Amino acid sequence: MGAPLRRRQLAAPFPVLRFAPAIAIAVLALPVIGGLAGTFLPAFGYLPALGGESLSLEPFQIVLAQPGLLRSCGIALAAGVVTAAVSTVLVALFVGGWSQTRTFRFIQSLVSPLLAVPHAAAAFGLAFMIAPSGFLARLVSPWATGWDRPPDWLIVNDSLGLSLMLGLIVKEVPFLLLMTLAALPQVRLAASTRLSASLGYGRVSGFLFTTWPAIYRQIRLAVFAVIAFASSAVDVAVILGPTTPSALPVRLVQWMNDPELTSRFMASAGAVLQLGITLAALLVWLLLERIGRMAVMHFCGEGRRFGTDRAIRHVALTSVVLTALIVFGGLAVLALWSVSGLWQFPNVLPDTLTLRGWMRSMPQIAGPLWTTVTVGFASTALSALIVIGSLAREGQVRRAGNRWALFFLYLPLLVPQAGFVFGLKLFLTHGGVGATWMALVLVHMVFVLPYVFLSLAAPWRAFDPRYEAIAAGLGKGPWATLLAIRLPMLSRAILVACAVGFAVSVGQYLPTVLIGAGRLVTITTEAVALGSGGNRRVVGIYAFLQMLLPFLGFAFAALVPALLFRNRRAMKVA
Amino acid sequence: MPDETAGLRLDAVCIRLNGRELVAVDRHIRPGETLTVMGPSGSGKSTLLAYVGGFLDPVFSGEGRVVCGGRDVAHLPAGDRHAGILFQDPLLFPHMSVGGNLVFAIPQSVKGKAVRRSRASEALDDVGLADFFDRDPDTLSGGQKARVALARTLLAAPNFLLLDEPFSKLDMQLRGQIRDLVFDKAKRSRLPVILVTHDAADAEAAGGEVIEIGRDAA
Repeated sequence: MGAPLRRRQLAAPFPVLRFAPAIAIAVLALPVIGGLAGTFLPAFGYLPALGGESLSLEPFQIVLAQPGLLRSCGIALAAGVVTAAVSTVLVALFVGGWSQTRTFRFIQSLVSPLLAVPHAAAAFGLAFMIAPSGFLARLVSPWATGWDRPPDWLIVNDSLGLSLMLGLIVKEVPFLLLMTLAALPQVRLAASTRLSASLGYGRVSGFLFTTWPAIYRQIRLAVFAVIAFASSAVDVAVILGPTTPSALPVRLVQWMNDPELTSRFMASAGAVLQLGITLAALLVWLLLERIGRMAVMHFCGEGRRFGTDRAIRHVALTSVVLTALIVFGGLAVLALWSVSGLWQFPNVLPDTLTLRGWMRSMPQIAGPLWTTVTVGFASTALSALIVIGSLAREGQVRRAGNRWALFFLYLPLLVPQAGFVFGLKLFLTHGGVGATWMALVLVHMVFVLPYVFLSLAAPWRAFDPRYEAIAAGLGKGPWATLLAIRLPMLSRAILVACAVGFAVSVGQYLPTVLIGAGRLVTITTEAVALGSGGNRRVVGIYAFLQMLLPFLGFAFAALVPALLFRNRRAMKVA
Repeated sequence: MPDETAGLRLDAVCIRLNGRELVAVDRHIRPGETLTVMGPSGSGKSTLLAYVGGFLDPVFSGEGRVVCGGRDVAHLPAGDRHAGILFQDPLLFPHMSVGGNLVFAIPQSVKGKAVRRSRASEALDDVGLADFFDRDPDTLSGGQKARVALARTLLAAPNFLLLDEPFSKLDMQLRGQIRDLVFDKAKRSRLPVILVTHDAADAEAAGGEVIEIGRDAA
């Protein structure tokens, strides 16, 4: 009885995959470390290709002599700290006040799609809503305000950067909310909610005293990533930020794109300054963390119950709903602008609808659209292969990624893009590679890979290993088990991770501008470039496409498994 | 001497966790016989099956020979040991049809789509589930799933069976029925069986030798 046993050379399964984790770390770390070196050396005057052969502080002296520099730095710093503080507090109060309610689940499903909307599209949407001639002003004009023409107010591009911060907050709240939701299963929320309620604590205070510290420890790196992004974001600052002077990241890109070769030294010094500003924002945050912890411990120690927290719960709920409504409303207004004919000021809706704008833009759209889609596909597919390889290898040696793995994953998200992508660009240009499609794919992978990994790791690790034991018992080797059992059963999670990766690639602004060097343009870089022109119909078209692409990605991720496994009940979303 | 090499021999098998001995077994299970391992949950009795099947978590260390058909399989990859495994849950692959689950189990040496399909159909018929080939596994009842899982395991022509409390999640009425079916098939196919359970009725139905572990653990 029984199949014959073959004696086989004892070999670890998946020898090919042995290198997957190393490749992942190389993809993440080499560009960052190399890019930082490529930024720091020219910042101190060293760039032999341009004749800089000795170290000097001259580039910094030039940067520091720029007019209004202090204010530019201040705005970047404030954007980082304020965005992180408001988003974190809002998420904490909202989760504390509403978790495990029907409202919470509804809001969760409302806010989740916001994560896929590129920053620039959300910023345009916000601008179209709150501008003096925007949708909100039209809603109340002229009957309430008496305005026949837009008031002469500076709302978008205000000099304090408030609309810039608002534009960042509406995107970071969904991000931190989803990170918090991912951390929730590891804390015993239901039990501690009941316990603290039985001791007379309010929902919010009970949550902040018992559960939040453990959650915050888990989302801390994500909050740091928010600070790094918000303090150095270029696209949002171009669209919503102040102009006289602009925030540091915007001025930085102007210097970087200066055709004058010698300004590269100055741009590098500026990039180092940006790194310093982001670092300063992180240090301020560490201080705020300490103050926050002391305040919570103080009230906790006093046994303050805060039993009636209705008001604060509703403020939190309203704010989170508003962030979602602003973005969704803004996107709808964008879409409307793209097909509007005449649309005079106080009118809430366009006077006429026309596809003329689309027809006229179509020829110019094709090129950027092709680049966006192909770069997005390639960077996502390569990242997914590396991530799946790393996870399969991890399962093979049964060793979850350690602290270092997490550090490398977050590295590209914690170092401001401007800090290392410019150095990378200098390496590429002076190394003779230039603005090639492959270079752009590789640079996008630096940012796509972490997100693909972060969204696939949890479902991958939650997979029931007994399925694989059974398959092995049926005589299947590791590859057959991977291809026939694990990958199909995880197909939904894999496709969602790919959709996340694709959305990240579509949304990349700075890396595309710098590495593409004007020769490779995407929908995102075109949208931001056209935004300064101020033609709302054209901006509407590009921004609409910008949000459409990630949406199609997620629709694809939902539809394909649904069709493939249409007769398999257990493969449906739980 | 065919009798000495037939069946499954656990030769000084010992599984340790951080140097502490969890299970130590030295037994010869003849074709059609069952060795039952009993012990409270957490006593490590399932790790014995994992060691024999080739999927022991590396936090445990196992030693000893697992001799099957006259050769030691303890160092072969799991895919080359041909261990038929039944867990508490039927674990039918949810993305395949019932028939797909069975066809997946048929050894590669059986060629031809039609042949493979008819083999699977026969196996279904054999467990009283004719006409279930195209069904979605998730629409089956608990008892039906257990039967498909058994049919799938047997179709792969295993060298031995490893049963990890396979009846514990079935309700009383079904439990006896499925239990009889499993042991009947194992006896008829002359398969050596290792059964892990904490249900004395399982051990009784298996009819073989019973060893208890983890009793003296503090």
